[in-house]
Amino acid sequence: MLGSESQYVQYLFSGLTLGSIYALIALALVVTFNITGIFNLAIGEFVTIGALAAVTLRDVGCPNVLAYILAVIVAGLVGTLMERATINPARKASVLTLIIITIGVSIALRGAALLIWGTHPHTLPAFVHAAPLNFLGAVLIPQSLFVLGLAVVAVGLLFTFFDFTFTGKAVRAAMMNRTAAQLVGINPARLSLFAFTFSGVIAALSGIFITPITTATYDMGFMLGLKGFVAAILGGVTNATGAIIGGVLLGVIEAFAAGTLPSGLKDAIAMIVMIVVLLTRPTGILGER
Amino acid sequence: MGSKKNLLLIVIAIVVFCLPLIIESSYYMSIFIVIGLYAIVAEGLGLLMGYAGQVSFGQAAFYGLGAYAAAILATRCQWPPLLCVCIAPLLPSMVAFIIGRPILRLREHYLVLATLGFGIFVYVLFKDLGTLTGGPSGLTGIPYLNIGSLTLVTDQQYFYLVWGALGLTLFGMANLTRSPIGRVFKAIHTSERAAEAVGIDTASLKLQAFVLSAFLAGLAGALYAFWVTFISPSPFGFTSSVEFALMVVVGGLGTLWGPVLGAALIVGLTEFLRWAVPVALPNAGGEFEIIFFGIIFVLIMLFRPKGLLAIEKSSVAMSHPTTLRSTDA
Amino acid sequence: MLEVKELTKSFGGLIAVNRVSFKAREGGILALIGPNGAGKTTVFNLITGVSHPDEGTILFRGQRINRLQPFQIAALGISRTFQNLELFTNLTVAENVMVGAFRKSRVGFLRSVFRRPGTTKEDHSLYREAMNLLVQLGLAHYADQPAGNLPFGQQRLLEIARALATQPQILLLDEPAAGLNPNESRELAVFLRTLVNQGYTLILVEHDMETVMSLADEVVVMNFGTVLASGVPAEVQQNTEVIAAYLGDEEEEAC
Repeated sequence: MLGSESQYVQYLFSGLTLGSIYALIALALVVTFNITGIFNLAIGEFVTIGALAAVTLRDVGCPNVLAYILAVIVAGLVGTLMERATINPARKASVLTLIIITIGVSIALRGAALLIWGTHPHTLPAFVHAAPLNFLGAVLIPQSLFVLGLAVVAVGLLFTFFDFTFTGKAVRAAMMNRTAAQLVGINPARLSLFAFTFSGVIAALSGIFITPITTATYDMGFMLGLKGFVAAILGGVTNATGAIIGGVLLGVIEAFAAGTLPSGLKDAIAMIVMIVVLLTRPTGILGER
Repeated sequence: MGSKKNLLLIVIAIVVFCLPLIIESSYYMSIFIVIGLYAIVAEGLGLLMGYAGQVSFGQAAFYGLGAYAAAILATRCQWPPLLCVCIAPLLPSMVAFIIGRPILRLREHYLVLATLGFGIFVYVLFKDLGTLTGGPSGLTGIPYLNIGSLTLVTDQQYFYLVWGALGLTLFGMANLTRSPIGRVFKAIHTSERAAEAVGIDTASLKLQAFVLSAFLAGLAGALYAFWVTFISPSPFGFTSSVEFALMVVVGGLGTLWGPVLGAALIVGLTEFLRWAVPVALPNAGGEFEIIFFGIIFVLIMLFRPKGLLAIEKSSVAMSHPTTLRSTDA
Repeated sequence: MLEVKELTKSFGGLIAVNRVSFKAREGGILALIGPNGAGKTTVFNLITGVSHPDEGTILFRGQRINRLQPFQIAALGISRTFQNLELFTNLTVAENVMVGAFRKSRVGFLRSVFRRPGTTKEDHSLYREAMNLLVQLGLAHYADQPAGNLPFGQQRLLEIARALATQPQILLLDEPAAGLNPNESRELAVFLRTLVNQGYTLILVEHDMETVMSLADEVVVMNFGTVLASGVPAEVQQNTEVIAAYLGDEEEEAC
């Protein structure tokens, strides 16, 4: 058995791994929310589609990397399509209508995933075949490093994009103030399209990277998407940095709680965290009161 | 005009009364029972969404709390079933009362997420408090409901019970929405600020609507438990919560009959898809008919966002009782 | 009756109201005047509990009401109208007033659900009360029309009727004459006078100098969130600071 200290390190590792995924999903949610004012409740399904499309592409003989790239593109296109077909036509609708639309899309996508991939779990191989690392008495699987790496690189690239490209600056402007961005001639419809496509891409990457650890099923996205929301709320919903911190924090909280509580309650913990944050600090842990 | 409306009501009542006499298939009978149960939940949620202007995506939790409370009281405490049906809805009502004030302070997306999170939290409890709830495999051995010496066994009998309860619910909702409180809710809808400025405690009214909606969901849950005599967590999950919300929206917000129509449509659609999709796609397995379910909802939201019953009528004309005017003139 | 002491409120570093003090005497008409952005409406919002002051106190009949919610303040007997009309446009004219009278109603949720006999009787008396007020304000023949269909001037009157339905002791009117033609303004002034004669205390925010000077017993002039001057109209009109602030503003508006 592991000693208690190494056990904590173990929790930390698994918390950071899943937390990175939550952070990425939260980031996509926050970008979408800031640009469009919509909470995209279908984001979890983008994760599913990315992961399972990669499985299928490998099955039909694509080399790994190509399969992953194509899967990301597929999920991005699903995002694009969702925006064009359901969000754009309803941009003037009420918040409730838009939320129900994204829920409707998520149900439809989950059904499609079930039809295509069935109920049984699929998996992807670990990116490298290396022995697990031993670290302070805890085991770190190499795939976790890839997940962490993905989070760091994606966040780095995103912030570079925000800082150094015109579109990026436009997106950031729109995130800060939608009306102002429109006034200076940034096309909101284009940005909305960007937000959903971007969500598809980020979510698919998350799905592909985590699948070697967790396996992939048609309904894997549901809880992941919700956890993304919890992370986003922890971070304050409108704050990209906050979303990342919220994601990592949620992962770690969950891992420690799961280590000490009956395992099934893990999902309940995320919900409690969300409700408590909403009720006590609606602007998130970073936000001002 | 009033007599025409009464006539319609009588016709509806007669049709409902005759249904069990005409329908022999227990499959169709059970569909109508489910519609009745869901309509009760949807009426409560309709009050919350259409009148109090608040959203709940966790209503299935209240439905489940009612069902589990009834089942546990009946099986573990051996209470008489009818008493359980009366007491069980108090549990969700109490929970709603406790969480209502803080949660209803939230708005729009935040309210959606908080209620959704609450629903999932309760669902996880159903699954994981195994000693109390029987865990994922559920609770069995719930007795049949008896009223006096009459034990309700057949679906026909349960149909009358459930639709009777729905009738009472509709009666209560009609009263409430036409009462001064109903009018105040409409007022809050247009301007909460102005309502507060004339001394109306809007938070308290919303809370009361929330509690009543939880009560109705719990009542439906308790009736459900005694009908199926076996409950497991699965009907009380997120999908059900979404369906309840959809019933209200699809039927038409702020209408008396909208939630009933919505419940009928959604149950009917689900059953239709369950039948039609395997006919069209015989090789596929699993409940993937939800694809069409999702698509149909998106389409309704895109083309009929106000719901099917919401004809663009001004609610003004009907909101003031005509009888008053004639007596006062 | 209502006393405001050293009231201060800032929004994100911007001081909207700065140490404002004044007293409204029972049965009088107090007018808050000043150029746009002087902080008059903020003072109203502070008094009615829409927002809470950072510093200072608001006393109503000697009771501190700083931290109360709007509905609690309304229940104490302070009622208001809104500068940008906030009518219940989905209800009829009479129903708007009935909602105003609702807070005294004792019919709760459960009784409404089961429609105990009291419910309908209650509704009758609410309706009668509403009609009485509508008659007073000359809106009776609009009673069953949607409030949103009323001409603008009548909508303003309806706001007053709705506020009166709460049976207030103090009535706060936020620019009651805005958008009215001179004729309507004069009628309004006459009506407000009759309210005072009935025992109401009025506090109004007003732009229209003529209305203010002829109507108010006491005037508080605000500029940039502070009180510039206060006193009886004749006094205030002589105040050089007021003339500078106010006339400057009028000239701008004329441009």
